[in-house]
Formats: sequence, C-alpha cells, structure tokens
Amino acid sequence: MLTPEERQEIEAELPRYPQKQAVCIDAMKIVQRHRGWVSDESIRDIAELLGMSADDLDGVATFYNLIHRKPVGRHVILLCNSVSCWIMGYERLHQRLCKRLGVQFGETTSDERFTLLPIVCLGTCDHAPALMIGNDLHVDVTPDSMDQVLENYR
Amino acid sequence: MAIIYIDDKPHQADAKQNLLHACLSLGFNLPYFCWHPALGSVGACRQCAVKQFRTPDDKHGHLVMACMIPAVEGTRISIHDPEAVAFRAGIIEGMMQNHPHDCPVCDEGGECHLQDMTVMTGHNYRRYDFPKRTFRNQYLGPFVNHEMNRCIQCYRCVRFYREYAGGNDFNVFGIRNTAYFGRYQDGVLESEFAGNLDEVCPTGVFTDATHKHHYTRKWDLQFAPSVCVHCGLGCNISPGERYGTLRRIVNRYHGDINGYFLCDRGRHGSEFVNSDQRIRQARLRRNGQLQAVSKAEALEHIRQVLTSSSRVIGIGSPRASLEANFALRAAVGERNFFAGIFQRELRLLNRVLDVLRNGLAPAASLREMENSDAVLVLGEDVTNYAPRMALSLRQSVRQGPMAMADKLKIPHWLDHSVRELAQDSKGPLFIASIAATRLDDVASETYHAAPDELARLGFAVAHKLDDNAPAVSGLTLEQTALAERIAQALRSARQPLIVSGLSCHSTAVISAAANIAQALRRTGQPSRVTFTVPECNSVGLALLGGRPLEDAFAAVRNRAADTVIVLENDLYRRASVQDVDALLLGAKHVIVLDHLTNATSTKAELVLPAATFAESDGTLVNNEARAQRFFQTFVPQPDVQESWRWLRDAIIASGRQDFAAWENLDHVIASMAVEVPALAAASKAAPDATFRMSGAKVPRQPERYSGRTAMLANIDLSEPKPPDDPDSPLSFSMEGSPDQPPSPLIPFAWSPGWNSYQAWNKFQEEIAGPLRGGNPGVPLVEAAAQPQQEYVRDVPAPFQPGDGEWLIVPFYHIFGSEELSIHSHGVKQLSPGAYLAMNDKDAERARLRPEDRIEFTIAAISYQAALKVRADLPQGIAAIPAGIEPLQGIQLPDWSRIVRVA
Repeated sequence: MLTPEERQEIEAELPRYPQKQAVCIDAMKIVQRHRGWVSDESIRDIAELLGMSADDLDGVATFYNLIHRKPVGRHVILLCNSVSCWIMGYERLHQRLCKRLGVQFGETTSDERFTLLPIVCLGTCDHAPALMIGNDLHVDVTPDSMDQVLENYR
Repeated sequence: MAIIYIDDKPHQADAKQNLLHACLSLGFNLPYFCWHPALGSVGACRQCAVKQFRTPDDKHGHLVMACMIPAVEGTRISIHDPEAVAFRAGIIEGMMQNHPHDCPVCDEGGECHLQDMTVMTGHNYRRYDFPKRTFRNQYLGPFVNHEMNRCIQCYRCVRFYREYAGGNDFNVFGIRNTAYFGRYQDGVLESEFAGNLDEVCPTGVFTDATHKHHYTRKWDLQFAPSVCVHCGLGCNISPGERYGTLRRIVNRYHGDINGYFLCDRGRHGSEFVNSDQRIRQARLRRNGQLQAVSKAEALEHIRQVLTSSSRVIGIGSPRASLEANFALRAAVGERNFFAGIFQRELRLLNRVLDVLRNGLAPAASLREMENSDAVLVLGEDVTNYAPRMALSLRQSVRQGPMAMADKLKIPHWLDHSVRELAQDSKGPLFIASIAATRLDDVASETYHAAPDELARLGFAVAHKLDDNAPAVSGLTLEQTALAERIAQALRSARQPLIVSGLSCHSTAVISAAANIAQALRRTGQPSRVTFTVPECNSVGLALLGGRPLEDAFAAVRNRAADTVIVLENDLYRRASVQDVDALLLGAKHVIVLDHLTNATSTKAELVLPAATFAESDGTLVNNEARAQRFFQTFVPQPDVQESWRWLRDAIIASGRQDFAAWENLDHVIASMAVEVPALAAASKAAPDATFRMSGAKVPRQPERYSGRTAMLANIDLSEPKPPDDPDSPLSFSMEGSPDQPPSPLIPFAWSPGWNSYQAWNKFQEEIAGPLRGGNPGVPLVEAAAQPQQEYVRDVPAPFQPGDGEWLIVPFYHIFGSEELSIHSHGVKQLSPGAYLAMNDKDAERARLRPEDRIEFTIAAISYQAALKVRADLPQGIAAIPAGIEPLQGIQLPDWSRIVRVA
C-alpha cells in the first residue's frame, strides 16, 4: 500500500497534467525515492491510483532503466560505459569495481551497501571516465581515486 | 486507381493504399512482419524494403519501406534490385540472431510466417554463433501458449491485443533486444479475442494451447471449409482433423464477416466433437436401459414405431442444419413439425425477419459495422452474445477521428500516425443495455436500464429523428437529453448503424430499433441495422417455419401425438423439467437424434448418433440471413451419420420408398427449394457435388499430407481407398485439382511459399478485400423495394420495479452460456458458476449480502444460487447466467421473489 506521504506527493502532481496517466513516471520516482525501488505491489497501487492497468504501468516502468524493479543497495553506482568513457579507461574502472565490491553489473553487495549498474551516458564526456553514486557525479575517475570515493559512502 | 512501375513494368494499384499492399495485391512476394492487413503499417520491422526511383532516369534510387509509401500515380520501385534484396536478407539475419533453432519442436513449424519469409529472402545459413537471449515464459490461460524466446519483436501482438482488441492486461516490457511481450504477472488473458494472437504472431511465441494436447502439423491435417456453430454470426472456420479427432479450429478468411479474426469461443469451443459424451452408436431402451444396437436394428425399431404410431411429431433445432430440420419436417409432415423453440423466441426472430424483409435499412455485415461512423447498441451485450461483433464495433469508433486524418492527408493505413492524431477521440458509440458490457470502455455514453426502458429510449430517439414517429410519454429529463444526443449523432453520421437483437428478449426493443431505422430513412439518412440471434441456425429455423415448442408439449399432453422425434435439441436447456418430463414420459415413443449425451437423450427410447458440424455437410443461416454451407471435415465412425441421412433412412424404413431419391445433400437441398421457397436460394450457397476443377475434386488435405500409406498399416497393410464423398465437390485426399477453388470451397489457406495464415493474401481480389469470386454465402431475405411506411406505435410503459419481486433476466456469458462449447476444457474453466446478481441498493434493502445463498421461483419451480451484487444493474432487475447448470430451462424474463436460504 502507498504511504500517506507517497500518495500526497503523487496527488500533488496530478493538477499539472491533463490526464492522470501522465503522472505515472513521476509517481514511480516518488515511490522509488521513498523505498529505493518499485515493487510489484507498488506498481499495482500506483496503477490503481492513476486509472491504468498494472500492465500499462509496468510497460513504462521496465522501459526506463532508472526505475528499479528489484531492490537495490543503499547506494546505486551508475558506471558510464559509452564510447568516451570507454576510450578513457572505463574497462579498468569496471574491473576494479567488480573486484572490490564482489558483484557484477545488476548485482547488489551482500552488505546491501552498493548496487552496480551500467549507464549509457552521464553527459560529461569531457571529463571521462565518469560515474554516479546516488545523486553525486564523479568525474575524471581513476581506479585509485575511486577507492577513495567509495569510502565516503557507508 | 494509379499506375505504378514495379521493376519497370506498369501495374494498376489502389492509390489509397501503400506499396506493400499494392505489391501483395498484384501477387508479388515481398516479405513483411510488422504490417498486417487488418492492423495497417507502422514501418517498424524494415523487412519490406524496396528501392524507389524518383524518375525513369533515376538509376541510383533509394531504399524505402514499401508499407510506408503510398502507391500514388507514377511511383517507380524495384523489388528485385540487388541492394534491396541484400537489405531484406540482412534484416532477416538480424532477426534470426536470437531466434532459437527449434523449428522441429515448435508448434508453428510448417505454418510459420518467419520460416516463409526466411526462405523467401534466401537466408539459408546462420552465421551468428553466440549465446541467444532467453526469457521466462508465462501462463496466459487455457487458450494461449507462450514461448518468448522465439520473439522477433515485430510488435504485432501488442498492436492487436491493445489497439485493435482493446485489452489492457498485456503489454511490452523492457527495451532493446530484451523487449518482452506478455503480462505484468502470469494469468489468464482477459480479452475474449486473445486466441487470435496465435495467428497474429508471425512465429511461435503465441500458439494454440488446446491444439498442443493433440498436436498435428498443418500439413498433416485434413481440412474443410466450415462455419462456426457457437453463435449466430456465422464466422468462417477451417477445422483440422487427424486420426479421426478434431485437432483445432483456425480462422477462414471471410471479407464480410470474420475477416482475419475469431473469438475465443469459436476458436476453442469445438472439443465437444471429441468428447467422451459423444453418442457413437445407436442406443435402444431395453428393460429400462439404453443399450447399443446396430444401425439395422435401430432402423427396424423405427419402422415398427413409425408404422404403429397414430401421430408422429418432430421437434427441430436452431443448432441443426437447414437440411436436418427440413428432413425432419419431411419425415413428420409440415403440420407436425415444431421449431424446437418457444413462441416467444419465434416471435422475436420473425420480428427481426420482418425488419430485414421490409427494407428499412439493409442488414450490416461485420465489415460494414467497422465502417459505421455512429452506432447505437440497443439492448445487447454483444461481447457475450455475438462475440465477434464486439471486435467490429470496437473498430467503428475509429471512423469519426478518420476525418481528422483525412483533413491532414494522413492515409488510413498509416496506423500509428492516425492513432497518434486521434489520441483518445472516438466516434459516437452509444450502448444502451441492461448492465455494463465489455465494450463500455470505447462507448461515448452508456445507459443501463430494464428492457422496457431501453425500448422507450429507442422509441424516443426515433421520435427525435422524425416527429411522425410515436412520442414517448413520461421520459425523465436524462432520458430525453440522451435520446437527443443519440439522435444528433445518428443524424449527422455518414453511415449510422443500429445494433439490437434477441438477448433481452423484448419485441419492443427490436421494434424501437426498427423505428429508428424507419425514422432515419424517412429523413433521408441511409442507415444499417443488425440483429444478434442466439444460435447458429436460429434464422434458418425461423425461415423454415414450424410451430412453437409449447404446442408440441400440448400435443402430447392432449394425447394428440404419441411419438416424438427430437432433432439435436436438449429440451431441458429450454423448458422446465416438468414440461420436458411430461413430453418425454407422456409420449409412447421418443426418438432423439444428437451427437452428445444430454438430459434429453438419456430419456429417449431410441437415440441415433448424429454427426457434428465437423462430420457433416449442411447449410446455416446467420444473423444477416446469409446462407452458408459448411462441409464435412472428416468421416466419423461408421454408425454416426448426418441427421438428414438418419431421417431419410427413417422415412424409407416407414415405407416411403420415394425418399430413396435423396442420395446426397444436393437432393435434399433441391427438394427443400421446392417445398420451402423462402430457402430456395440456399442451393446457391456453394457449388454442388458435381462441381469439378479441371475434372478433379478439391483436396481436403495439403499436398504434403504424410503417412497416408502407413497410418492404417496396423489394421491392413494395403492402403484403403479414400472415403467417397457423395455430398460435396471435396475429396478426402491430397489428390485433386491444384487450382484455387471457389471461395465457399477453400478448405485451408496455402499457396506456394506461403505456409502460414498469411497465405490468405493469395486468395483475395485485393489484400483484405473480398475473396476471389466474392465472399461465400447468399442472402435468403430480399429487402422489399418499397418499404412499409408504418411506425410501430405500441411504446411500452415505464418499467416499475416490483414490490418485493424482481424482474429476472438472463445474462449471457461468452464462456459458459453456449451448449456445445462448454464441453471444451478451457471454456469450462472460464465459465462462471451459477449466480443471481442484483443491484447493491436492492440487496441492502432486502438485507442480502454477497455470497448469500438465495432462492427464486419461476413457473412454480425454485432455484438456488449464490448472490452477486452489481452496482451497474438497474434497481428492480436481477440477472442469472444463461444456460449454466443448474439454472437451465428457465423461461425469462419473469418475475420472482428472492429470499435467503437458511
């Protein structure tokens, strides 16, 4: 069930659009902000609130890779693997991250601290390679500087 | 028409269509996936690439997708250009990367559009040598099997399911090459048309789940052109048989009726043919027990009965062929022939026929319904009563927004551009029915009320259209305003349509629909009408005539008749136990012809094993009064034969040797044409048994039919001669003419290089148009040139809820209400149990709660059911599911008290 806060925040979005369904992405982001991810149950609840079928909404949810349909760790690492970052050393970063965290892309560390995901571009090619942790952008990352960065996220 | 140039040769093409449509219509083989003749173009799959040239001098050209380019005058394209050929081969190779190498174990194998297209492009060897992406499959219900790994992401399934059929419990999930087509969670697909995914999917992602239980390749099936028996619309089907069992039903294209799609009851409702309830031998009652007897013993018994009886009466059936009913009438005489339905239903059918004969408005085919731009549904829940019609009405609401597309010069076939433009705007579709229907989501307005109120609304609409039509007094303000809006929509439409029918059992409702057609006609507005009817030959039976069922009961009760012959009719489903018991026990002799053991056949003295639609030939008349011939798919066990043959044998046994002249079906039809002029045209429904193509019959089996010499080798090593078919120009063989037969005789769709259902392309005058030589069937009702001008003036009084009583009406269920399809496992699984539904406020006032066990009484018989509460039911009305055990044989609508059972 949606919490009163979630419901309130979603309903606050409604007047901004001609149709309820238009709020669906915002609604999922709201739930994800509160819970870290969007469960099957949340999909059903949001769909009901917005007058959609769960199938309609899940089609939208699964289209966007930043709507998490599985639980994630406390911090989500988005590692850019597109061309600029790849040229500038993405592969070394990727290897180091996987080794250090003991996970592959799409997995969460056993202490539920980090989830590692690839992303196609962070819009900061001039400072490649780049990664994002939570809402923080980290640029010109080297394998060594990255170790430092990770320490800041508990 | 436009002249277009394909590989430098001029061709005629429809300028309103796209190049793919034009190329296929002209008979060219151009591969495609995402385009579908009923779904239009989206240009997604890139498979139909051709090279287009700007001018005759343009030697360079550029690649275009044929489905996205209009076939306008002077267009120059090349199909065979090397670059276009290579491009198409590359697209296939890309699609095949993730496609499994499982054709030998895939249900689609041998009739797979992807296989056909792969062969067509010449992609013979796979170079991709890496892991393929895999998915988890879902349970999608009893009718549809899911195997996602085979998907090539053409998106046809979502386009059909969501956009065409209006379902919202199915979607595409994810992105890129992991796009997944299915449901949010495993579960039964809710659409009544989900089974079409089997044919819409170009490969084996969605296949027929019931066929899986006794799977046979298409090339090993024996087919016949047939007509669905599960409602009154007469959709055309191709049943397929192997080893004496009916394996599956697929759609048989008919340009005016079903087009490319069937409902799930039609597709999956025919398991009764293989049922263990089948009567396969004659049964004679001896010492109180029905015992199997030979055909000769049965006929000898008939001889004794018929020669010793004082008066023999026959009870016909709306689910038996015209020929079977006529043979019964011939056996007992016109005076002793009873139609097998009550006066109430006969009167409704005759009222419908009157309207069709009168010529106020022509009867609309399903295709014409799709093109109607304003629709009023008066009294019907079409999805449950005449299911395939719902799919057509759903398309009609697209006609209004098409005007927007025309204004912007967007061609109608450019599907997603038109939908994007239309957004949620829909043409007018008004649904006035007793309660909510499955079409309400596309209705502009819905109105729920008692049948009399629905009729009053209809009369009011007619009056709004023409002052001379009778006025309705005592309307509420809402009713008046709604009638005005409906009248306005119909008046301003190009092709308005009025849909009504028998499901609310009200003559007034049908008359109101007729008045509207009359009013539109008088105000110079051509409209169309359509009426739903309950069974596959209801209209044929009404045209044949015959006395009502209650007169048959009376004849036996009054000892005016001592022997009763019941033709394919389980009377316990129509009449109360008391009445049927009185008939069956009161008569000295009861002979029943049927194919399934039922309550009526178990009471008979003699039961004769009748052939089902799949084992016999005959004519059925659909709701438009279109007579259509269905042909025998396979030869049943020796003692099973067509009802008309049993009746002929009975007549001969009784000493009338002249009936020996009825050697085949054509003789019966010829005799019927003489005796019943109203049915004379039925003989033209299909070519007769003497028809030959190049001196040969039409083969029922595909050319590759295998195992012919081996399949009976366990019985006899020498191959038996194929069975004779004296009744039709079709042969039980793979041998025969290789030519395309006339449309009523096409057993299955196949053409060289086209093994899938898409082979229908090769049988049509133009793609998605009529079959070559015209669609099958002939109209039996000629509309009068000078329609009768009178309005019906008996407007019913407002509905008054009873004092402690409810008007009980039947609610039809696509899965469950029909007699034969309930024998299919999937249909049974989806059918509701017995219930009685009432309005929530009524329930509250009566202190009844959901799931309470309640009792009601009709004609002095009490019935029990669980209570359902529905806010959409009008107050004062209660509904029970039609035809569902044990709520059978109840004549409705009728009034009853409803009380809780302690």
